[in-house]
Amino acid sequence: MPTETQQIHELANQEYKYGFYTDVEADTVPPGLNEDIIRVISEKKGEPEFMLEWRLRAFRHWLTLEEPHWANVTYPPIDYQSIIYYSAPSKKQTVKSLEEIDPEILDTYRKLGIPLEEQELLAGVAVDAVFDSVSVATTFKEKLAELGIIFCSFSEAVRNHPDLVKKYLGSVVPYTDNFFACLNSAVFTDGSFCYIPKGVRCPMELSTYFRINAAKTGQFERTLIVADEGAYVSYLEGCTAPMRDENQLHAAVVELVALDNAEIKYSTIQNWYPGDDEGRGGIYNFVTKRGKCAGVNSKISWTQVETGSAITWKYPSCILMGDNSVGEFYSVALTKKRQQADTGTKMIHIGKNTRSTIVSKGISAGFGQNTYRGLVKILGGADNARNYTQCDSMLLGDKCGAHTFPYIEIKNSTAQMEHEASTSKIGEDQIFYCQQRGLSAEDAISMIVNGFCKEVFKELPMEFAVEAQKLLSISLEGSVG
Amino acid sequence: MLEIRNLHVSANNKPILRGITLTLKKGEVHSIMGPNGSGKSTLAQVLAGRESYEVTAGEIMYDGKNLLDMAPEDRAREGVFMAFQYPVEIRGVSNMYFLRAALNSIRKYRGEDDVDAMDFLSLVRNKMKLLQMDDALINRAVNEGFSGGEKKRNEIFQLAVLEPRLAILDETDSGLDIDALKIVAEGVNALRSPDRTFLVITHYQRLLNHIVPDFVHVLAEGRIVLSGDKSLAFELEEKGYSWLEKEPVG
Ligand SMILES: Nc1ncnc2c1ncn2[C@@H]1O[C@H](COP(=O)(O)OP(=O)(O)O)[C@@H](O)[C@H]1O
Ligand SMILES: [Mg+2]
Repeated sequence: MPTETQQIHELANQEYKYGFYTDVEADTVPPGLNEDIIRVISEKKGEPEFMLEWRLRAFRHWLTLEEPHWANVTYPPIDYQSIIYYSAPSKKQTVKSLEEIDPEILDTYRKLGIPLEEQELLAGVAVDAVFDSVSVATTFKEKLAELGIIFCSFSEAVRNHPDLVKKYLGSVVPYTDNFFACLNSAVFTDGSFCYIPKGVRCPMELSTYFRINAAKTGQFERTLIVADEGAYVSYLEGCTAPMRDENQLHAAVVELVALDNAEIKYSTIQNWYPGDDEGRGGIYNFVTKRGKCAGVNSKISWTQVETGSAITWKYPSCILMGDNSVGEFYSVALTKKRQQADTGTKMIHIGKNTRSTIVSKGISAGFGQNTYRGLVKILGGADNARNYTQCDSMLLGDKCGAHTFPYIEIKNSTAQMEHEASTSKIGEDQIFYCQQRGLSAEDAISMIVNGFCKEVFKELPMEFAVEAQKLLSISLEGSVG
Repeated sequence: MLEIRNLHVSANNKPILRGITLTLKKGEVHSIMGPNGSGKSTLAQVLAGRESYEVTAGEIMYDGKNLLDMAPEDRAREGVFMAFQYPVEIRGVSNMYFLRAALNSIRKYRGEDDVDAMDFLSLVRNKMKLLQMDDALINRAVNEGFSGGEKKRNEIFQLAVLEPRLAILDETDSGLDIDALKIVAEGVNALRSPDRTFLVITHYQRLLNHIVPDFVHVLAEGRIVLSGDKSLAFELEEKGYSWLEKEPVG
């Protein structure tokens, strides 16, 4: 009979369940980064001139930047010249129906438990599946088009809706923002674009499944979501990755824009390969996600469940410009093995009566290091701004760590701030209590952890919440019993 | 149904139980009394399978099986239930959800299907009535923000739902006011049956006015120093425990 400590240890070291690799002929460029490569990428994608110019400006700026190292994570230096910046499944570039998709890709999704057809039929979810760097499937487009909603791959948007792209690209995350966002601006290959016109409530959850596949391919996604006046959209992003030997850099950029009275709900489940027991081979996830509540009474809500990646560096943020605008951040971050996560949010209050809510749940197991880093900034003009922050950490075992860095900057004396924080150890007595009622230690841990995360899970759309709970349980599952 | 033979238990190399021998027959109600620190909770926890205690000698047979070989969850599934002296809080997990998961894992062990949602609801309603449980309590997170008394009542409520064959009550009376004590005791009495054995641990005699035991054992310094019927409880109430400790233990 293993001791509870042993069990926790075993659970923490469970193997990645989605480790497999799909062999699809890839159409790739040679490794390395220079202006020629960028020109090739832009040309392959058939981009208009403005896009190429923007990329080149970003690249030239990137050359002046240095990789930041302020986050509470450590990793070996990244050789940006050994990365392949473009790779596309070569068999077919666009498809009208699922039958046209490479069966192997479909099988990959099936292994991940994401049956596209089923989702299409049953769930009413429009899926823009990103496989490698080019979108190969976009569904429900026509239905959405009737409402004037544009939901397509980023490349398509650049070609078909250049005015919208031109207007909003970089308006929330300029290419000068930070090292990784700048790199992304220069080399991004694809991603999703979504525009909800005035007064339209998107009738279904929009979803994208990201996947990193071809070896040595950095994945640089770019997502732009614009909700025009009075519009509403709920967007789901979820991903897993096959097990690979090499570290894979992922530097995505997500920009959200909410105009007057608009609302965007952005939910993420992230489950990339976390690396082996020594932390080798996991994904580096350096993401810039930011939303701008540009209009009055607008609302942007981020909900994320982060269980994967070797290193996560991610701060979905809200710029609350419009008066009465609302920003929310709900996060669950799980680190086990050698995983490191430095995540949190920034809430920048600019408009009057702006409100923000931050609920962060960090779970550390094994040798995992989990850092919450948050900034709440209330500018001078933001009368009556309010913020509520709750930061809870849970430790499984005694070799992991939890760290909290809440920064607050207040330039307006009418601000109201509330902060709560807790750190708890998943107790032997809690596990024993559950066991005494007939539950296995594994089920007990999963139940306790899911209970701990409840406030975040309830913010997720229903199906996603179920998936998140399952994912958390799978991530914590061990060889007990 | 339960046979404890010459049980020696240590925690952190400190001997706590020093040779307990005790036999509980099916359907009997035994009470263990004793001063604080005498090892009552240790005995309860060892029966339930707590890992932090080391059994250094002796054995425990439960329905002919070696209890010490069984994982704590398997003991529970075999019908061993302990009402904790200090029930644990589980944030964000509702009482209902918790109990249903517990019941289902016990049923699964027995090769039965998951409990039907409607059946579970009526079972819970029934037992809530028995213990006069507040509706609100049952939908709240397990023991979170419960008063001491509410936690104890919740333990007996769980006992009522899970219907174990061996019920160990560790100082269920502490933290209960007199009215709550009566309700809980009545609940326990209603659960008494020829198929269910009770081990009622208490520091005070007052619980035993309501749950009348068949046998009373006195634990002092890790040994059972006296056994008798219910009248022993009254004797102890009068004299206290101090006289026991001073007498040479046989
Ligand atoms: N885990 C432990 N480690 C060390 N000592 C313990 C541990 N648990 C209990 N003890 C000690 O064992 C003795 C008996 O404790 P306990 O069984 O809780 O007594 P009771 O329930 O009769 O009050 C006490 O002296 C207590 O401090
Ligand atoms: Mg005790």
